[in-house]
Amino acid sequence: MMKITVCIGSSCHLKGSRAVVEGLQALIARNNLKDKIELAGTFCLGRCQTGVNVLVDDERFSVSPETVEEFFENTVLPRLG
Amino acid sequence: MRKFDTKIQYLKYKVLRAVARHAWKGDLLEKLIDIPKEIVPGGTPTMRCCVYKERAILSERVKIAMGGDTSNPNVIEVIDIACDECPASGYSVTDACRGCLAHRCEDVCPKDAITFDDQHKAHIDKQKCINCGRCAQACQYSAIINRKRPCENACKIKAISMAEGGEAKIDNSKCISCGACVYQCPFGAIADKSYILNVIDLIRKSDNNEKYKLYALVAPSIASNFTYAKLGQVITGIEKLGFFHTVEAALGADMVAWAESKELAEKGFLTSSCCPAFVDYIHKSFPKMVPHISHNLSPAATIAKYMKETDPKCKIVFIGPCTAKKMEFKLEHVRPYIDSVITFEELQALFDSRDIDVTTLEESVLDNASYYGRIFARSGGLSDAVNQALKERGIDFEAKPVACDGIEQCKAALLKAQVGKPDGNFIEGMACVGGCIGGAGCLTHEAKNKADVDKYGRQAMEKNIADAISVYNIGKDD
Repeated sequence: MMKITVCIGSSCHLKGSRAVVEGLQALIARNNLKDKIELAGTFCLGRCQTGVNVLVDDERFSVSPETVEEFFENTVLPRLG
Repeated sequence: MRKFDTKIQYLKYKVLRAVARHAWKGDLLEKLIDIPKEIVPGGTPTMRCCVYKERAILSERVKIAMGGDTSNPNVIEVIDIACDECPASGYSVTDACRGCLAHRCEDVCPKDAITFDDQHKAHIDKQKCINCGRCAQACQYSAIINRKRPCENACKIKAISMAEGGEAKIDNSKCISCGACVYQCPFGAIADKSYILNVIDLIRKSDNNEKYKLYALVAPSIASNFTYAKLGQVITGIEKLGFFHTVEAALGADMVAWAESKELAEKGFLTSSCCPAFVDYIHKSFPKMVPHISHNLSPAATIAKYMKETDPKCKIVFIGPCTAKKMEFKLEHVRPYIDSVITFEELQALFDSRDIDVTTLEESVLDNASYYGRIFARSGGLSDAVNQALKERGIDFEAKPVACDGIEQCKAALLKAQVGKPDGNFIEGMACVGGCIGGAGCLTHEAKNKADVDKYGRQAMEKNIADAISVYNIGKDD
């Protein structure tokens, strides 16, 4: 099970974490990956400048509402093997 | 810059700041007995009969700043020696009585308690008087006044009486810890216990948030406090104190409004569960109404529960306007989520104990909740939010909210509801007049505070409740 944690602290929220979450939810559903990916939220990862911060397991990435699809395809999908 | 409404708040603040300063320094136990002298150094008394009494009272304040009397379960305490034992003679005729001929006071008195001397001046027979106040209303010279103690007057649920020695006494079986007496006593003889030392300890033991993350959960009424600075600067200040991050309790309010709207539609009648003093009031004075209390945790506890679920190791301090919250966080069903509670008054003292001048700081952002979650801070906000949630969820149910502004209105609404004749189907109970912005732990209590909260509400990025709480539903199917 892969865990994707999206920062929902104030700074990332203002940069669009809701849209990132919604984007990931839609992509997970579209790819039938609900039982392979666990999506979670967290308040602040301490890296407000690089938000929206997203953890894939323990590795941090910067994602924006515009790049969420690209992130899913280039980062998430390959890691699922 | 004036930071407080009254000199009593300022005095309390000076004690809190001194205690916090020594705690940071690590010499609190050695310096404990010197704090009163630090605050009243001179030989000329400025508050009481002599500096020795002033210092004796200050030692009691120091004790309360350090957590107070642990044998007393209530967070609100009387400082016996600070109580001025105000006269409490009830209705009395003053020398403004002109000895008129009309004697309206006598005519309206239902107990024949008023007599006249040979100057035609009125006298009230205390044995007969029932303090109904009709004579005072009838007198055209306003010559009859009610000599009532400010504390008893502040306590609309009548939990304060006079002890045998003449000092104020709190009946814990009635007291709901709202803090109205704390704010109103002109001698500062009633105070709320402080947990600032616990908070300092939580900050220290977090090891710069390495051992655990320490979160500040701030109430939306912050919008009408610290108005001498920008809100973003206050948030930076909180982080400078050693907190990892600040989260809006108003996001919990959004979650509560969402859940409460459904519960209301299902049950048909509800009383709100947001205000801990109101909930305590129902438990203590209207036990038959307990089944109607909403099953939601308060907004602060709701969001804290979510935060602890996402990070079980984290610690959470609620910072707000409320003294009753200091009781709530000790309840069995809230204790797992909230680790400590301080007021805005106490936050100010903590800032200054570290010489943090928030006006010089950069601004951070604070934006988690929607407009509706934020307006919970003022009377009527919860009702608006529940209505909005019904609309957003498409639930076909007409809410008829009764927004009770202050505990007297809560009492009136509960009395009617108890006999099956409520004015509506949703009782929004807020113990403080104005709602949370009238809380005893606020720095100021002013008319413009409501406007401050509404403005803060409008600044929220999320305009709808559903959008604000979508993050909360991450990973959940509902």
